[in-house]
Amino acid sequence: MIDIILAILSTVGALSILFASIGILRMPDFYLRLSVTVKASTLGVGLLLICAAIMFPDVSVTTKAIAIIFFLIITAPIAAHMIGRAAYFTGTPLWKDTVIDQLAGMYNKETHELESNGGPKNSEGGSEPPNIAKSEEETE
Amino acid sequence: MIKYFLMNLLLSGIWVALTGSMYYTNFLFGFLLGFFVLWIMNRNETDQRYFYRVPKIISFIFYFLYELIKANVQVAFDVVTPKYFFKPGIVKYPLNAKTDFEINLLTTMLSLTPGTLILDVSEDKKTIYIHVMYLTDAEKFVMQTKTGLERRLLAILR
Repeated sequence: MIDIILAILSTVGALSILFASIGILRMPDFYLRLSVTVKASTLGVGLLLICAAIMFPDVSVTTKAIAIIFFLIITAPIAAHMIGRAAYFTGTPLWKDTVIDQLAGMYNKETHELESNGGPKNSEGGSEPPNIAKSEEETE
Repeated sequence: MIKYFLMNLLLSGIWVALTGSMYYTNFLFGFLLGFFVLWIMNRNETDQRYFYRVPKIISFIFYFLYELIKANVQVAFDVVTPKYFFKPGIVKYPLNAKTDFEINLLTTMLSLTPGTLILDVSEDKKTIYIHVMYLTDAEKFVMQTKTGLERRLLAILR
């Protein structure tokens, strides 16, 4: 019984890491790559660690596995958030089929402050155009 | 509230000491047993919050795991099939959560579900900007998250 659970969990974990790595190659722009990679790899590593905790019925192994999963869950989203924010700030274009970009023009370019509504207007008085790529090559 | 939780921990510690096996499953079983005993023995009608909150936390964990697996399967399917099915977009999401802790938990949960990625929180902590992979309608997405994840999370925290 435990063997079957271990086999299922480790297979799903390894597959999700595999899909994350294929996702890095296949996704069309930076944000989608980030989005796919961070979550799938967190899930994969978490499942493999749970496997290790079930495999060795030792209190120290279980404690370490739980601690690693806990810190992974706390830190991975923050890293993704910071990388995504920096990418948007430096003007990485979004994919050409992006539907909507409600963040466009919300940043104050000098102070790096983010408005919740309205947003700073540029010198011509109109709001900024969304940063969406025109062709596939821009986001390669 | 916190008194009941400490009492529950004490009861599960006693259970572990009496059975003499230091495993997490045994500790969890003792915790559930202690919860049951406290629930039976509870005569104080005014402070019932702890007994509503623990089942809510457990159901929230299962709800979150279900959402996580569902979204992961969707993204994995999209990665391995040749055609792209997604419609990405950045959505403005007005927050109901007020304190830093609530916002932190909500953004962590949202970031961990595949398909959504938090880009930034505004200075006045009223809105967050989310990069969504499968966006059919921005209003619909905001409504779904408000009635699904955020409502459940706030029901536990408040």
